[in-house]
Amino acid sequence: MIRFENVTKVYARGARPALDRVTLDVERGEFVFLVGASGSGKSTFLRLVLREERASAGRVFVAGKELGGLSSWKVPALRRGIGAVFQDFRLLPNKTVFENVAFALQVIGKPRHHILSTVPDTLEMVGLAGKEKRRPHELSGGEQQRVAIARAFVNRPQILLCDEPTGNLDPTTSLGIMRLLDRINRTGTTVVMATHDDEIVDQMRKRVVELSTGELVRDQSRGVYGSDR
Amino acid sequence: MRLQFILSEIGLGLRRNVTMTISVILVTFVSLTFVGSAALLQGQIGKMKDEWYGKVEVSVFLCPKTSSAPTCAGGAVSDSQKSDIKAALDSPEIKPYVQHVYYESQEQAYKEFQKEFKDQFWASAATVDDMNSSYRIKLTDPKQYEVVADVVSGRPGVEDVQDEQKLFDKLFLVLNRATLLAGGLALVMLLAAVLLITTTIRLSALSRRRETGIMRLVGASTTFIQLPFMLEGAIAATVGALLAVGGLWVGVQYLVTDWLGQSVQWIPYVTTQDVLTVAPLLIGVAILLALISSVVTLSRYTKV
Repeated sequence: MIRFENVTKVYARGARPALDRVTLDVERGEFVFLVGASGSGKSTFLRLVLREERASAGRVFVAGKELGGLSSWKVPALRRGIGAVFQDFRLLPNKTVFENVAFALQVIGKPRHHILSTVPDTLEMVGLAGKEKRRPHELSGGEQQRVAIARAFVNRPQILLCDEPTGNLDPTTSLGIMRLLDRINRTGTTVVMATHDDEIVDQMRKRVVELSTGELVRDQSRGVYGSDR
Repeated sequence: MRLQFILSEIGLGLRRNVTMTISVILVTFVSLTFVGSAALLQGQIGKMKDEWYGKVEVSVFLCPKTSSAPTCAGGAVSDSQKSDIKAALDSPEIKPYVQHVYYESQEQAYKEFQKEFKDQFWASAATVDDMNSSYRIKLTDPKQYEVVADVVSGRPGVEDVQDEQKLFDKLFLVLNRATLLAGGLALVMLLAAVLLITTTIRLSALSRRRETGIMRLVGASTTFIQLPFMLEGAIAATVGALLAVGGLWVGVQYLVTDWLGQSVQWIPYVTTQDVLTVAPLLIGVAILLALISSVVTLSRYTKV
């Protein structure tokens, strides 16, 4: 589903590479934790998958397509197959929960009846049934993240990228979010989650990929957060 | 869904930057009024040329008794001098330029003079002998005045050669200068309009960075993301253009048709109809402005 072949990313000429010759394969339907200290290259990895950045060297494949050779007008089509969730939720404060989720479908030109049938289903799936008319500031952090996940998932992407989705949440709420991500993963969606949350990683026992200063230092199935444990 | 969504986005953007939107409308309004004025001035010149160039004549004034011009040293023009002049005008080199020639005697000139200035007290002091007899020449091509004038001016018996077109040319010169002025101001204002629309679009794009960020993330196409901003600029500029058309219409109706047209009646004037002819040009320029500004701005601020 996602394949990195000797991928190097250098932001500024002469600077230390954010990713250094990383080779990695993520299969369809896998759940992968991406761990490592701040600045280890986790976000760069996700940005490369989303084609927000281009690799400086090496090749990135997403859903069978080589992104280096992808012309920029094909990028939107690529992103329609990828959902993304962030630590800061990135919701639109002046739109309701329903509108926030519907927005993702509206802007890719989905017809009204499709939106009216899909959005409530998705909101129910993430556990927000009955809160459609609330605005983000009326929701708890966990609920806001559920809205963000609903928005990322409403178009049923093949891949869900999560950049520290529990970074702003307390442990109990985080657990709820993780259960939700796990459920999404069980529908066949490939989930790649960058995180600092050792408790969650240790609990979930999924594949763990560790980056350190841009280099891939560990790739372990059913792994834990710290390699020294 | 798409159209409705884009329209609501546009409405949102316009309302969010209402002061900038108003300033874009005003700047395009003023700049396009200048563009329109320049176009109407040229239209006015065209109308006057059409109307007058067909009528203008070259007048060869012959010496009266009292003239002090050097070519009139021999007193009033003699018959042999007259026939020399006529022969020159009929010569094969000049003939192609001349449509027809007629002779106006001193008596006829006196009658015309008295008719034209009958209300003036000084007109009664003039006598028949003060008048010029003249050859009035209608040219096949009014622009070829010089050719004819060269042949007859300076001949004995000719006091003066006058071309009516020269009088008009002065007027046209004034109108052309006015066109240049209006055009120059229009250019400056258009530049201001482009810069202002650019700034407005940039502001609008910045204030909706969050939305456009999410749009990019969920895979909205570049066109879809940029269209609302482009249309915002285009709508504001078009409103400005419509105001300019309205302003010119009112200006032509009240200043030209109702006021100038009533007080100076012998000139053919541009009409409100001409304003409507210019209108598509103005709206076109407005949309072009908005397009240029959008392309310049959006390629930088809403990159995929």
